[in-house]
Amino acid sequence: MTRTTIEVTINGMRYRHEVEPRLLLVHYIRDVVGLTGTHIGCETSLCGACTVLLNGAAVKSCTLFAVQADGAEITTIEGLGEAGQLHPIQEGFWMKHGLQCGYCTPGMILAAYQLLQRYPDPTEAQIRHGIEGNLCRCTGYQHIIEAIRYAAEKLRSQKV
Amino acid sequence: MIPAAFAYFRPTNVKEALTLLDQYKDEAKLLAGGHSLIPLMKLRLAQPRYVIDLGRVRELEYIRESGDQVLIGAMTRHVAVETSDLLRQRCPLLAETASVIGDAQVRNMGTIGGSLAHADPAADYPAAILALDAEMRAVSSQGERWIRAEDFFVDMLTTALQPGELLVEIKVPALPPRTGTAYVKVAQKASGFALCGVAVVLTMDQQGVCQHAAVGITGVAPKAYRARAVEQALRGQKLDASVMAAASAKAAEGIDPLEDLHASAEYRAHLARVFCRRALEQAHARI
Amino acid sequence: MAKKFVGERVPRVEDQRLITGRSQYVDDIVRPRMVYAAIVRSIYAHARLKGINVEAARRAPGVIAVFTGEDVREAIGPVPVASRLPDLKIPRHPVLAVEKVRYVGEPVAVVVAEDRYQARDAVDLIEVEYEPLEAVVDPERAIAEGAPILHEEFGTNVAFVWQLSGGDIERAFRDAEVVVSQRMVNQRVIPVAMEPRGVVAEYHPGEGQLTVWTSTQIPHLLRTQLAAMLGLAENRVRVIAPEVGGGFGSKLNVYAEEALVGYLAMRLGRPVKWIETRRENFLSTIHGRGQIAEVEAAVKRDGTVLGLRYKIIQDVGAYHQFFTPGVPTLTGLMAVGPYKIPHVHFEVTGVFTNKIATDAYRGAGRPEATYMLERMMDRIARELGLDPAEVRMRNFPQPDEFPFPTASGLAYDSGNYSQALRRALELVGYEKLRREQQVLRQQGRYLGIGISTYVEICAIGPSPALPFGGWESATVRVEPTGKVTVLSGASPHGQGQETSFAQIVADELGVDLSDVRVIHGDTAIVQYGIGTFGSRATAVGGTAVYGAVQKVKEKATRLAAHLLGEENVANVAFEAGQFFLKDRPERRLTFQEVALAAYLAKSLPSGMEPGLEASYFFEPSNFTFPFGAHIAVVEVDPETGEVHFRRYVAVDDCGRVINPMLVDGQVHGGIVQALGQALLEEAVYDENGQLLTGELTDYAIPKATDVPWLETDRTETPSPVNPLGVKGVGEAGTIAATPAIVNAVVDALAPLGIRHLDMPLRPEKVWRAIRGA
Repeated sequence: MTRTTIEVTINGMRYRHEVEPRLLLVHYIRDVVGLTGTHIGCETSLCGACTVLLNGAAVKSCTLFAVQADGAEITTIEGLGEAGQLHPIQEGFWMKHGLQCGYCTPGMILAAYQLLQRYPDPTEAQIRHGIEGNLCRCTGYQHIIEAIRYAAEKLRSQKV
Repeated sequence: MIPAAFAYFRPTNVKEALTLLDQYKDEAKLLAGGHSLIPLMKLRLAQPRYVIDLGRVRELEYIRESGDQVLIGAMTRHVAVETSDLLRQRCPLLAETASVIGDAQVRNMGTIGGSLAHADPAADYPAAILALDAEMRAVSSQGERWIRAEDFFVDMLTTALQPGELLVEIKVPALPPRTGTAYVKVAQKASGFALCGVAVVLTMDQQGVCQHAAVGITGVAPKAYRARAVEQALRGQKLDASVMAAASAKAAEGIDPLEDLHASAEYRAHLARVFCRRALEQAHARI
Repeated sequence: MAKKFVGERVPRVEDQRLITGRSQYVDDIVRPRMVYAAIVRSIYAHARLKGINVEAARRAPGVIAVFTGEDVREAIGPVPVASRLPDLKIPRHPVLAVEKVRYVGEPVAVVVAEDRYQARDAVDLIEVEYEPLEAVVDPERAIAEGAPILHEEFGTNVAFVWQLSGGDIERAFRDAEVVVSQRMVNQRVIPVAMEPRGVVAEYHPGEGQLTVWTSTQIPHLLRTQLAAMLGLAENRVRVIAPEVGGGFGSKLNVYAEEALVGYLAMRLGRPVKWIETRRENFLSTIHGRGQIAEVEAAVKRDGTVLGLRYKIIQDVGAYHQFFTPGVPTLTGLMAVGPYKIPHVHFEVTGVFTNKIATDAYRGAGRPEATYMLERMMDRIARELGLDPAEVRMRNFPQPDEFPFPTASGLAYDSGNYSQALRRALELVGYEKLRREQQVLRQQGRYLGIGISTYVEICAIGPSPALPFGGWESATVRVEPTGKVTVLSGASPHGQGQETSFAQIVADELGVDLSDVRVIHGDTAIVQYGIGTFGSRATAVGGTAVYGAVQKVKEKATRLAAHLLGEENVANVAFEAGQFFLKDRPERRLTFQEVALAAYLAKSLPSGMEPGLEASYFFEPSNFTFPFGAHIAVVEVDPETGEVHFRRYVAVDDCGRVINPMLVDGQVHGGIVQALGQALLEEAVYDENGQLLTGELTDYAIPKATDVPWLETDRTETPSPVNPLGVKGVGEAGTIAATPAIVNAVVDALAPLGIRHLDMPLRPEKVWRAIRGA
């Protein structure tokens, strides 16, 4: 099978690989690049566990071919922050118990990232609408909403 | 879920895309945002030998005004339609419709052209496209033509686009004064697609008489349709709750509604009537 | 004074790795030379296997091997069932089908290839020849005359009949002033843990050891079973449950793929990975619920319930999984709920059908019981013209009646049921809502208030009640530096016991939370344990930790006395991480100094072993019985049948609370799963046994937009069953909320004469009921 060369920047690092055109972006990120924080939950672009930022926009990487992302800048959960230097959204999820099993969490955090870019002071309804593309079976979403509010407040206070 | 193998092409302009389309004909599939095609490929319900990715055909990503029309490039993402100031001012129905498609991530990838060309009977856009009397511009190596919304949707997953044709542009009218629009949707809870979505355009004259009424309904029938009987019952009338309710009762007239796991034909027809009334009321209130 | 952690809203210690994407779930594990397995599954619900042609697949690019049922039938033992009932029919359950297939999704063959894309491609090349047979889908039809038989050797589709009686049910109905009866269906639902199942197996020939990483709730129990299935010595099998992305009972099991992938690794000499697709997860990971019930209540006109008679059909599925037959017995044990009902008769008939097995799904048999009972309480109230809250109050045992012996043979440990209900009524503003309901009804609006009071059987459980042990284990190991490692036999997968156990230990030893590390889920590191399910991890597993830490303290205190030159150990106090002499408090040693001394072993009391660690296996004397009251307030749109939440109030009593934030999280999640069953979810099969709701595109689990704000509160009645006083909370929400929501909808529609609706209450169903009323 013919392979295509792609170049992407993930979390600030440049990668160049030859890939099969059918390789899904999520498999590229996980299996080829080895960043396994992005999860696969449903494969039908409904659960949002595979959410990454593609040129700044939250997308479901299970419904994208890696070749489509050629030349793109991608941010995965690993690029958002790490222990000791948590992003305010990550901190919110931690402080407000916005996760249990953690499987949906990376995608949920990146969906929240996009939400807070668009709505820096979101209402409960805006938060619910903003994460409706991300399914969580553990939390019932309430602590996630509180986590996002926490992050919103912190991000706003950082801007001031 | 893993798609079958294919050969991949990434044209950067319409001309290149058309050449590829001519070359590979029905063995090729066009990839726009991918949110209709890729799931089908992962389920191996679609196994194209060639995939032509339109993602780099930048000339098809625009929203611009042209006289009393708004032109939208086929590769314009749902999110761009949703957040376009131009559309919000000149054609808010389309922006409103885009805002309830799928979810935020889907709207970031999905394109208006891809959605229309896929012609899912439960997609949101077709209702608005019909109600707006939009026109679709298709080009092929032979030339180009405009297709009226009502001619565009032929059947479930089937449009008037011919092999070798590429949908490149959607033209919607900038709405005249004293016009109210609304898109009201009840979603299938799992997929987020419309069980029933009703788009309404109402224009009143100075005296408060309905001059123009257009109702597009999606999700209910094998293809989105114009509820002509409803429109007729509104035109020339002063609109009050009872007129709108009586007109809405005709929302599923002459329709053979879909029936599936998620709703019976009877319930879909009922939803069409209820949400037609609600959409009319909302559009009327916005005038 | 050292900081106290128990009872505090402590942020979880496990979260750092999870929120930064640095955790490791099964699919994140990569081993050198690893290959990938993909499974060919039956497309028929019931068919004879006439032949399988694997030649094309064997020749496909990257393919290493293909195996069918015939190839492995000798090598791999059957999928086991742990639960035992009298006269239980146990069909042989091969890991790959032999001769017949009995549900859509049953494994038929397996392909191993160099990468997952090649493995998937090869699946399409395998030709399976089937001779389709009539499928048995509806459990009521399965036991009707002339139904096709799944397992010919039994001559029937009845897998078991199990009964439970208490008191004298005939007398109850003789004495009844009114009899209320209702047929109810508790539909099949699909657990949908966000992480599908997955297995990585690696064989180390030098050591003769098989390592299996698998997404499981029960690593040790699984290890024992895998050793038996694969003919290995148990101490040569290592099971690791890495990060597990949700279970809800669906990973409390022993699955064919776990043994199959282990076998492949041994046979091929290369590590093998298999990851379930979501489609496979819907088809071939266990489902929950699936009961059809006829319930009759014998009542007095004042609302006193004298007796209950249940006749239930349990949809078993095609084969038993690990706990399948045990689930409905829990329904029976809970048949009288939080009420003083002296007479009960419960009979359940388990029926084979051409579907994946039902098994434990969050609540496992207990949500079914609560659902029936709470629906009945509302039916009774309606029938008698009484307020549903009042009927419940009338039947509660009083606090001084505990331990309360039930007609189903249990002894409820402690409780104050009316207090919880009163609190919930107060929070929701019950009287005012009822008045508003009257006003709205005049306006043609349908407001409904649904109450559910419940008790659940938790901390499962005493060993005699389980097919395997019901205890839990812990080791508390104090390292020479005074850092503390806890090895727990529980296997948390989101519940947060790395934090709550650390809270317990930190308080007991006066160390900081960050000084404690909890390790679980690796059979090579942790002593044998049972696992996490049945709301048991804190009540049983936490108590084991508590027990082990007491032993450590006791030894450390004796050593401290020795080091301080004190002969009388009773004169040594231990507070805030310091040992000191009660009469000379300036004579003191830190916990860390004592720990180091235990390892340096320069001077130990006579007969004392060096080191500082202890294990404790806690066997509970009883279950625990959490309880509570939930109230849902909804408005039904009579035009569309849509249900809109207005309020949801939950008052739960799970005994002492280690970490209120974690308890809230468990309650929220449980309620929303119940909401899913009440309003959205149902495994729908067609008459041929094809699962129509086989993807998340067709099977709706609750999204953030489907869920109301949940108002939670607690009462706290400690359990006497364990020294921590905790009861468990993992399943409370799921048990309580389903009937609360359904009761609310039916209450809303009461003026129309609607008395019952079966779940899920999707808009069309509600609309049809309204239209038909």
